[in-house]
Amino acid sequence: MTGGLSWNLILDVRELLSFHFMLNALRAGTIVAVVSGVIGYFMVLRRETFAGHTLSVIGFPGAAAAFWLGVNAAVGYFGVCVAAALVIAGLPGTGRATGRGSGSAAIGTVQGFALACGFLFISLTQSFSGELNGLLFGVIIGVTDDQVLVLLCSGLICLLVLAVIARPLLFVSVDAEVARARGLRPRLLAAVFLVLLGVSVAATSQITGSLLVFALLVAPAAAAARLTARPGLGMLLSVGIALLITWLGEGIAFFSPYPIGFWVTTVAFAIFLLAAGYRAAADRLGRRGTVGTPA
Amino acid sequence: MMTRAADPITGIGHMLSHAFIQHALVGGTAIALVSGLVGYFVVLRGQVFAADALSHVAFTGAVAALAAGLDLRFGLITATVVVGLALGLLAGRAPAAADDAVTGVVFAWVLGLGVFFLAYFTSHSSTADGAAGTRVLFGSIFGIGPSAARLAVLIAAVVLLALAAIARPLLFASIDPQVAQARGVPVRWLGPAFLALVGLTAAEASQAVGALLLFALLAAPPAAAQRLTDRPWHGLALAAVLSVLALWLGVAASYAWSTLPPSFTIMSVATAQYALAASWTALLGRRSRAG
Repeated sequence: MTGGLSWNLILDVRELLSFHFMLNALRAGTIVAVVSGVIGYFMVLRRETFAGHTLSVIGFPGAAAAFWLGVNAAVGYFGVCVAAALVIAGLPGTGRATGRGSGSAAIGTVQGFALACGFLFISLTQSFSGELNGLLFGVIIGVTDDQVLVLLCSGLICLLVLAVIARPLLFVSVDAEVARARGLRPRLLAAVFLVLLGVSVAATSQITGSLLVFALLVAPAAAAARLTARPGLGMLLSVGIALLITWLGEGIAFFSPYPIGFWVTTVAFAIFLLAAGYRAAADRLGRRGTVGTPA
Repeated sequence: MMTRAADPITGIGHMLSHAFIQHALVGGTAIALVSGLVGYFVVLRGQVFAADALSHVAFTGAVAALAAGLDLRFGLITATVVVGLALGLLAGRAPAAADDAVTGVVFAWVLGLGVFFLAYFTSHSSTADGAAGTRVLFGSIFGIGPSAARLAVLIAAVVLLALAAIARPLLFASIDPQVAQARGVPVRWLGPAFLALVGLTAAEASQAVGALLLFALLAAPPAAAQRLTDRPWHGLALAAVLSVLALWLGVAASYAWSTLPPSFTIMSVATAQYALAASWTALLGRRSRAG
């Protein structure tokens, strides 16, 4: 993007940090990585990736509309994602749809329509394709100080709420029947979690764009789930991997002519493949000796 | 260009006098016919998800061809047909292997690769226009030229012939695979062959509404048709009619209000069809339960 890559890593990092926009991108990326690492872990555990996908697709027209109206894109992302999360929570039994059932045609139609609306808002805005690519695939430049502040606040609130409901939510996710018998309220917990998911999808979209949210939301959690079966450790690993993906992705994108979306997804995919390979190797070794941990 | 006529008949006459509208309607009708018919089987077989996968691949394939300096449609068709075949062959072997987290990660990476090719294309090609990515993602039916319209009709004819050849066994295999297999229907190769057809259709449809929206065009009119009738041949015909109708109305609406892009209007009509069909059957169901 600007200076070339030299062989002195420390110098490279210092050059990278000398740009204010890069500093902001790293700050925003770090916040997003921590939040999406934790929330993503619960999302994969609860098998709600499809809900996450829907939320991210629906966020796109929100951001595009905000852009068209001249409002900050963050307002559009947060507003629409949280509203959509509430709607999904209100519908009976849609959160766990895998996209293969009979309802998938309906969900597909809604997603297609949402994308078409986003396209409409973008083409109503006269200054076309640069913004469109940014909204869909993420941008590294142009994260303002205000945006970082908004991300930080929303991230903190998200993590605080999650800290309060983490134990019951984990219980409900693993065994809903027993949890209900113990007096927990699975439906309320599910709704609260979906709203948290909406917030974190909205935050992640601002870094990776609407179409590549999964790179930060699913890949770290899926990789962590293959490395350990313990929830606490898994969550930590998931955050660590998400941080690694963002920092590496943003760093490489800074020194290369290719966009951040490509690098973030590629790093995420590579780490996921490594984790899956480790799991396969460990299973093969474990079958001979003691029983391996279940994936 | 946009002289709005006082009455709709002259307005339609004005519209049809433009060459770009004629090409859009000729090519678009062929595309919509095929997506309606193939889409009916897609919905019937519960393979909307496969169509979603193909739409991601369509984007990356098209942009990769642009980056390599080839014709966009070449990349589109190769990528979607090859991946369609591969999906069909894999599905028989490892049915439960594709857990949704894995597919999510793979999809994100495929799109990420598309972004890479797009950036490569826009920075390395001197003739590149910045709107190429937009065109691939969201389509531009008004950009279909005479030769593209002819090719679209030709491909549609091929798909229709192939579909006509396998329609009966495919319907049987979709509704009851076990009995079909017992009766000697070659279920094993019908699946991959059908998904290859879906790939061709996806490549066609992405020219009309773009890679991101094509799976909704494949799903919405057929899903509406399925709500309205249980009889397969009626449903098939209805799906084709609804799909063509969505395209015609969409093109006309986009012509009448030039600020609305055609991809948006086509998708809006298709979505409205599905919403109307769903609420109609919901209403009927409630009434029959009450009475």
